[in-house]
Amino acid sequence: MRHTFAAAAVLMLAAVPAWAADPVKIGVIFPLSGNAGSAGNAAKAAVELGAEIVNSPHQGLEALPLGEGKGLANLGGAKIELIVADHQGDPSVGAQQTLRLITQDKVAAMLGAYQSSVTFTATATSERYGIPFVVGDSVAANITGRPGFKSIFRVTPVAGDFATNYMLFLADMKKAGRKVDQIAIVNENTDYGTSVADTTQKAAKEHGFTVAAQIPYSAKSTDVSPQVLQLKEAKPDVVIFISYTADSILYMKTMKDLDYRPAMIIGDDSGFSDPNFIPAVAEIAQGVMNRSAWDVGKPGTVTYAINTLYKAKTGHDLDDTSGRDMQAFFVLADAINRAQSTEPEKIRAALQATSLAPAQLMMGYRGVKFDETGQNTEAATYLIQLQGKAYQAVWPEKSATAALQWPMAGWK
Amino acid sequence: MSLNLLQIVVNGLLLGAVYALFSSGLTLIWGMMNVINFAHGEFVMLGMFAAWLTQRYLAGGPLVFTLAAAVVLFLIGVVIYVAIIRDVMRGPMLAQILATFGLALLLRYAVFWAFSPDVRTLPAGALDHTLDLGGILIRLPRLVAGLVAGALALGMHLLLTRTALGSRLLAVAEDRQAAMLMGIRPDRLQALAWGLAAASAGIAGALMATFFPFSPLTGETYALTAFVVVTLGGFGSVPGAMLAGLVIGLIEQVSAYEIGPIYQDVVVYGLFVALLWLRPQGLLGKA
Repeated sequence: MRHTFAAAAVLMLAAVPAWAADPVKIGVIFPLSGNAGSAGNAAKAAVELGAEIVNSPHQGLEALPLGEGKGLANLGGAKIELIVADHQGDPSVGAQQTLRLITQDKVAAMLGAYQSSVTFTATATSERYGIPFVVGDSVAANITGRPGFKSIFRVTPVAGDFATNYMLFLADMKKAGRKVDQIAIVNENTDYGTSVADTTQKAAKEHGFTVAAQIPYSAKSTDVSPQVLQLKEAKPDVVIFISYTADSILYMKTMKDLDYRPAMIIGDDSGFSDPNFIPAVAEIAQGVMNRSAWDVGKPGTVTYAINTLYKAKTGHDLDDTSGRDMQAFFVLADAINRAQSTEPEKIRAALQATSLAPAQLMMGYRGVKFDETGQNTEAATYLIQLQGKAYQAVWPEKSATAALQWPMAGWK
Repeated sequence: MSLNLLQIVVNGLLLGAVYALFSSGLTLIWGMMNVINFAHGEFVMLGMFAAWLTQRYLAGGPLVFTLAAAVVLFLIGVVIYVAIIRDVMRGPMLAQILATFGLALLLRYAVFWAFSPDVRTLPAGALDHTLDLGGILIRLPRLVAGLVAGALALGMHLLLTRTALGSRLLAVAEDRQAAMLMGIRPDRLQALAWGLAAASAGIAGALMATFFPFSPLTGETYALTAFVVVTLGGFGSVPGAMLAGLVIGLIEQVSAYEIGPIYQDVVVYGLFVALLWLRPQGLLGKA
């Protein structure tokens, strides 16, 4: 009997065709539970769709690198296997999960991790093992450029880019005769919010705007009326929010409750891009602005095809944050393919040599090229505005799909 | 006092009333049975989802979905007592703590699994108005939540102090064996207490869902506040929980406005520790 089993096992092993290469494992960490659970799950779905696109053919995506859906061609058509873990939005769990994925699951590279504070600790762990970590969406300045770190590659634009963008936009508005003198910054108080708030503060000063108030708060707050009343007292022309999901929704509701409406609100992506934001507050947050490098585009384009697939998978449109993660996945897959190997050092070298043109991308970046710190120097973003039940590109004018509405209407 | 500060004081009291509302159920279980219910925040969250499901699939305004949440949570409370707590209470204290903690995780992630981590909101329906009292804006849903909190606390207090049922509940809390010898059936009474506690959390959740966005993970935040409110108010004292809720809501809002939102917890917990040092039995607890 035992012999029969052994024979069967040998036969089964032999039955695996010799040309089917082992799948390449990529570790993915996101906040699948915790306060940012909805954003994390949306990002996870986007990365999974990215893997499906690389692993099996889909129509209309041939312009993307590996978009033909035949696996990693240079590795004998190897498929990509994602190993997804939940870090709950907790920096120490993020580091633990990264360690587990690297030492137990033996992943070839890592991707993640939404909250900057988590990305910061997770990348420190991967760096210790020399495993490349591709950052899709975390924007705090301190993630790249740590002395001696070589294996972190960040595809997304960073805090400084957004801050400059906001100020250029506001300067444009001022030139057009709108009253923009005082701005206020309201930020959640972990790495993400603090980093974006600090750079925005600096950029505001450089561009000659007065920061009337900066209000840091905890994203777990149950009630935000004190913050809204502080804004009401400071009377800024424009308020910039750096917030996660539940808190950004709560701010919009509380501002209506306390009848406070500045001329313009700019939300820094994250909560304002969460798929839950528009259904919850679209009616009272008309004209709210946000940043994005994602545009669904017209039928027949790669972005439109991706959005159709994503919508079929999740039931909602792809958002900017998840889009940036999916883009990061494609960059990583392309690098592994060019490395022709799953050795970390070779993948690292291939990532460093990445050179992608806008036509090969799904996001509206000028391209993907990493500097010596691992930051994508060609990353870009534009400003969008909530009009009706969707965001429309409104600035810069050359990429606008709708006219800017100023001041914002809010609930009126 | 500036208008904004006055608004903050009003907001603080209204928020405090909500804190009192969802904490009163905990004081019933903790004070009456000596069971620390770590799942109390999850009861509030279940109330939010019960209300949301009612509103979504059966229609109806705040009155309907609040009552529905109360009934559903009452049943859940009774079932949990009969299925889990009754047996666990005979074991050591640690078993109780772990059982209710495990229950909290089970409820949280069961809802998470069934409804996804999406952040939801519940329309205030007929309550969707704002009162303007000389520049002070009061949202009707919050005012109603505050009034219901007061009414519930008063009702519970009267039930415990003025009725035979209340006396029996207290007798069981005091000495289960002796109560049984007097012909009281502790199981029925304690099942009732769990039902009432869960129902009050359900009412709180339903009302809060009209002004706070919620997700399956919301309960965590409220559980901590509830423990602080009950401790500060004095174990088992329903009026104490009411008073403590108001005090905490007020301190939170005023300190967030005057000093800054990131310091509000430092102020609240600093005062909390100081007060307990001076008065370990809580504001209205018996020494």
